[in-house]
Order: sequence, then C-alpha cells, then structure tokens
Amino acid sequence: MSANTYDAIVIGSGISGGWAAKELTEKGLKTIMLERGRNIEHIKDYVNANKDPWEFPHRGGRTQKMIDDYPVLKRDYPLNEVNLDYWASDKDSPYTETKRFDWFRGYHVGGRSLMWGRQSYRWADVDFEANLKDGIAVDWPIRYKDIAPWYSYAEKFAGISGNKDGLAILPDGDFMPPMDMNVVEKDVAKRLKDHYKEARDMIIGRTANITVPHNNRTNCQYRNKCWLGCPFGAYFSTQSATLPAAMATGNLTVRPWSIVTKILYDKDTRKAKGVEVLDAETNQTYEYFAKIVFVNASTINSAWILMNSATDVWEGGLGSSSGELGHNLMDHHLGVGASGRYEGFEDKYYFGRRANGFYIPRFANLGGDKRDFIRGFGYQGGASREGWSRDIAELNVGGAFKDALTEPGSWQVGMGGFGETLPYHENKVTLDKTRKDKWGLPVVAIDAELKDNEKKMRIAMEAEGKAMLEAAGVKDVQTHSTNPFLGRGIHEMGTARMGRDPKTSVLNEWNQVWDAKNVFVTDGSAMTSAACQNPSLTYMALTARAANYAVEALKKNEI
Amino acid sequence: MNRRDAITRVGLILGGTVIGAEFFMSGCKSSTSASGVADLSKPEIVAFLDEVGETILPATTTPGAKAAEIGKFMGVMVTDCYTEADQKIFLKGISDLDEASNKKFGKKFMEADAKQRTELLTALDAEQKAYTKTKKPEDPNHYFRMMKELTLLGFFTSKPGATQALRYIAVPGKYDGNFPYKKGDKAWAT
Repeated sequence: MSANTYDAIVIGSGISGGWAAKELTEKGLKTIMLERGRNIEHIKDYVNANKDPWEFPHRGGRTQKMIDDYPVLKRDYPLNEVNLDYWASDKDSPYTETKRFDWFRGYHVGGRSLMWGRQSYRWADVDFEANLKDGIAVDWPIRYKDIAPWYSYAEKFAGISGNKDGLAILPDGDFMPPMDMNVVEKDVAKRLKDHYKEARDMIIGRTANITVPHNNRTNCQYRNKCWLGCPFGAYFSTQSATLPAAMATGNLTVRPWSIVTKILYDKDTRKAKGVEVLDAETNQTYEYFAKIVFVNASTINSAWILMNSATDVWEGGLGSSSGELGHNLMDHHLGVGASGRYEGFEDKYYFGRRANGFYIPRFANLGGDKRDFIRGFGYQGGASREGWSRDIAELNVGGAFKDALTEPGSWQVGMGGFGETLPYHENKVTLDKTRKDKWGLPVVAIDAELKDNEKKMRIAMEAEGKAMLEAAGVKDVQTHSTNPFLGRGIHEMGTARMGRDPKTSVLNEWNQVWDAKNVFVTDGSAMTSAACQNPSLTYMALTARAANYAVEALKKNEI
Repeated sequence: MNRRDAITRVGLILGGTVIGAEFFMSGCKSSTSASGVADLSKPEIVAFLDEVGETILPATTTPGAKAAEIGKFMGVMVTDCYTEADQKIFLKGISDLDEASNKKFGKKFMEADAKQRTELLTALDAEQKAYTKTKKPEDPNHYFRMMKELTLLGFFTSKPGATQALRYIAVPGKYDGNFPYKKGDKAWAT
C-alpha cells in the first residue's frame, strides 16, 4: 500500500464525518479523514471554555472590527466574542448570494459538532412518507423501520438524554435520563395538555448532553457553555465522542488543512479511485486513493465537491446525471415565536444552567388538524426568571434601582418555531466560476428562498405560539417574526438527495451515489425532505447505516 | 433555553435592544470601521464615567459600579463596539451631562455631591426614557441610555457584580427546576 493509499477516505470531520470515521475504522478499514481547516484538540484547544464572564473584554459581544470582518456571520447570533474562532472566515471563503442565504460554517476538525444546538429527535413514518403522500419531489427510499435500529445505535453511543413520551410523531429512543423541566414549564405543559385535550404536548428537549457518565465522558455540569467546547466532554461532538473511538482502533489518520477539490473518478471501473486535496497551508496538491469515499463536507460543500468532480464525464459533476445535484436545498425556517410573563411561582427559582429547553412537537396537519399549507413545525423554548437586564419602569438610578435588579424578576415563558421547508428543485447551489476564494477555487452561488408554503406556515407559527401561551395562562404575550431567509437555521439539507430512481435522485437508499457506487454521501445533502425536527441525529443514523452497508458490500466485492 | 433564544435574551437591556445596535444581534446596517473618535482612556474621562456609573449603581450592602472599574469598561466598549456616530454621541454626552449639571446646580458633575448627582441622573434617565419611547430607529440614540446600559452590562457581568451583587456558580454540577426562593435572595448572574 503506498503512503497515500487507504481503505477509505472520509471528507469532512463534523457530525457525520466523525461518525463515518468511527464506523469504518471500527470495522477494520484503514481510513483517512480529511478536514479543510485547522485541528482543534479536545479540551486543550477549547481556549475560552473555562473563562468567567468578566474575562471577556466585551462581555461576549461584538466589536466593529468583528462586524467588518464577518459580513455574513454578523447577520445573526453566531458573531460573538466567546467562540469567534469556531466560525469560518467569510472573507477567506466567500460565496455568491443570488438570493440572501445566511451560511454559517465551521471549518476545523469537528466542524459544527462543536457549536451545534444538540437537540436530537427521531423522525417518524409521517416524515418519511410525506413526499409520497403529498405528491411532491421524490419519495424517500427508506421508512422508519429501516432507520430505527440505527437511531438506537447512534443514540446509545452519542448519549441522548430524553424522556420516553410515547408520542407517535416523535418516536422514543434509547435515552439517558432526561433533564428536568422547571416548575413553571411543568405547569405550562399541564395546562396545554388539558386545553388541547392531549392533542398537543410540551416535553423536555431531547439533547445530546449526557446526564450520566458515558465512555470516559463526564455528565453535564449545567454550565450552559456548550458552544465553547466542553472540558467535561458532556455533549456529543466529534472530539468528545467519535474521534477518540476512531483513534482507539489505530486505523485512523486525520489530515487537517486539506481542502478536497475533487473526487477522482475512474471511467473504466465507473468508481471513484480517490480524491484530490489542496493543502490549505502550502497550496500543494496531493492525491489520496481508497476503495470507498465518504462525502461529509456539509450539505453545500459536499455538493460543491461533487460538482467539481468527473466533469469530463458529466458536465454538472459526479452525481449530476439526474439533474438534481445541488438542487432541493432546504433548511428549517425560524425566527418566529412568542413570549410573555407568567404570574405566580415567586417562591420558586432554579439552580444550574440547563443547556436545554422544552419542545412542542409538530401538531399541524396531523390527526384532525388541517391547514392552508402542508407539513408542520415544532417549537423550542423555556421558562426563566428575568434578570438584571430587565427594565424597571418606576425606578431610574440609585441604590434602590440597583438592589431591585439584584433580585430575579417575574417568570417569562418564550418559544420559537422551527418550520419544515419543502424541497424545491429551483432552490439550488451552483458553481460560480467568476469568483474565487482565498485558494483560487471557484465559490458556490446560492439561490434559494422561502416560498408560499413556508410563508403561510410562518403566519401559523406566530399565531399558534400566541394562542398556546395564552391558553396556558401566560400574560402580555408578544410575538415576533423576523428575517424570513434561509440558512439561519444552520440546517442545510437536500443538495444530493436520496431516492428510488437514478433519474430523479443523486443517492440510492444506502446513500450511494448512483453514478459511482463506492461514493457515499451521508451528511445533510442526502435528505429527501426536511421534516421539522433538528436533523443531526438522522445524519448520525444514516451514516452508521451506510458505513455498515459499505463495509459489507466491500467484503462481497460489490463495490 | 436553546442557544438562539438565550442569546436573543441577552441582547436586550432595559427592555430594549442594546445600543451599538449590532452588539449582540445584528441588523444589517453598514458600518464604518471605528477608528475611535476620542481617547476615552484618559484618566479624567475614566474618573468621570466611574462617578456616573457609581451614581447609577452605587455601593449599597454590595459593591457599586466603580468597584467594577466601570469607567474603563465604558471606554473600551464605546471605542471598540460603537459605530462612529454612536461614539460621537457618547463623547458629546459627557459634556452634555456636565452642562446639565451646571444648569441645575451651577457646578460641574464631578463637583456635585452624591445627592445632586442622583437627582441629575434621575432627571436624565426620565428624559432618555421619554425620548426612547417615541424614537424612530433612524433617530440618534440618547447618550444617557448608552451610559446606563453600559453601566448595567459592565457591572452585572463583572466579578464584583456577578459574585457579590448577584450569585454566580461557575460549575453548578446539577439542575434543580424547583429551587426555593424567598424575597431578598439574589438572582443568578448567568
């Protein structure tokens, strides 16, 4: 075996890339994981994780220099002082927005597994059957029963805390003990259940924060600083979970600073033989060879790599024969919600900072519920007491004002919706060859927007949020509906969708590229529809399932 | 609380969006690079802002804003985080405040006694509240709202503010959602 030859290549080291590396190495494959950015070593490189609030000169905020340096990231909360180093540079890696698309990226080992929101929900059959029933896009090639055992497998290793709520729309998983709802959340949940006669539920979030020790990881310490990197390894990330498992096999090589520019396609065997890598530090080009390639570069970048590959065979790149590569870009649309004041419970508070909230699973268009749009939305939220940042109308300045602010204010309940976005062929990414990034590589152009179905859904998200909080007895309910743009959900999906027919999909039921059977794409790009649940758990399950299939197929010389 | 809501919540001070507009949550307004319209680290300015901060949040049974070096903090925040337009408003606000003091008491703010300072800043706060209530987004911010916001932010996230005026536990280790509270118990710092 030459120095650049492995059994498997994994492109990307985020949530799905880490899983691919773990599964493939544990099954004995010598694997190289290629990451375009720098290395971040578990714990050691979480430089801000143990800082107190006062150690940040701008207390976590943003300076004018940061605003200038990050023209995209500044559009939303990710631009901040405390984990700035975890976000990709907008200037080094620009992209073209045919329509506004807020693309927030993590270019380093671990990818966005370091900064993710950790909410982890199974999909149900209603989600996998949705496209077929609605007659839109294409049917998923799998159903719940195909992925259910892999959900269990992923949950058991990742460590998902949650309650077995017994809901058809949100199947129970193999959970660690749940985090607790606080006293007000429990009261709201009960009132909602009563008001809607059990047709709506409010449950504790299911989150990839471990609540009991697991695989040499310490259980959550309730600091709520997850996105700085956890020194306890208490939330699932590549660094805390999949990478150590993969390294322990002795079969993994990790190569940071490795931008995969194309998959090397062999016309004779009709398979990939490896990848071309541009070293991001030296600008040298290298080739790596392997029997199988897992593409886990994140939805938009995985499409970019495929579109750059095998262009001598297919003008649109590897996987483009269906005409769907780069198309059907989805996200979850959000920024719509409601909040208000909850009276009473003045003798109650909480201890600890729970990096989790409540979840209201989808109810729209289910059971007897019928809407002027298809699909649905869920809400995430929480109840807490106001702190020092509240206004006290009757006090201005001075000792009484200060002392009043040192006590907690009234309880507030707030929540925001996460809505399903449909797969529209015309929502797409393409290569923009007129524009180059820092390394002289063509950038992507993103052309996607919310359409009528999502816009109608947002009106319902706002109205239902208000109605539910009011039904639960929340006072002074205010709603918000902001920035109806894609991308800010940071749940990009769909650019290389799975399907049943090579004419209408890029991947088959095992996440294999129809046009190159030894290439597997198992990140968000594989998603045929978006549902409204946070998607990462599904990527984990799909990746483990595909890796298992790939190794079996390899053994049988099928690929 | 999920990360998105948590951050949004911090982005509000005094029931409104933080000045500097783009401090925690961004609008999309273009910004010129802040070169710093004045040196706010001059000792006399720091001392002045220390006294403004201490008047807003004075030492009571717990330390006040001066103990958190609030003057220095305000200077850093205004210089690094404010747009040039807001920096100018803040800088002019220092002399405006002095002028208001002169008008009211015939002496500069630093020469006024604690009671007079409180009286003056109470009036200025009423003024900024009334102004902010009807202010259109494109109207300039009020300098005293800036000073009050920065004082609250700087003090309650400082070590004395977080650990003495409020309660702070770096590593709680557990979560209890039904924790008893009695009037007078301090709020958590974060």
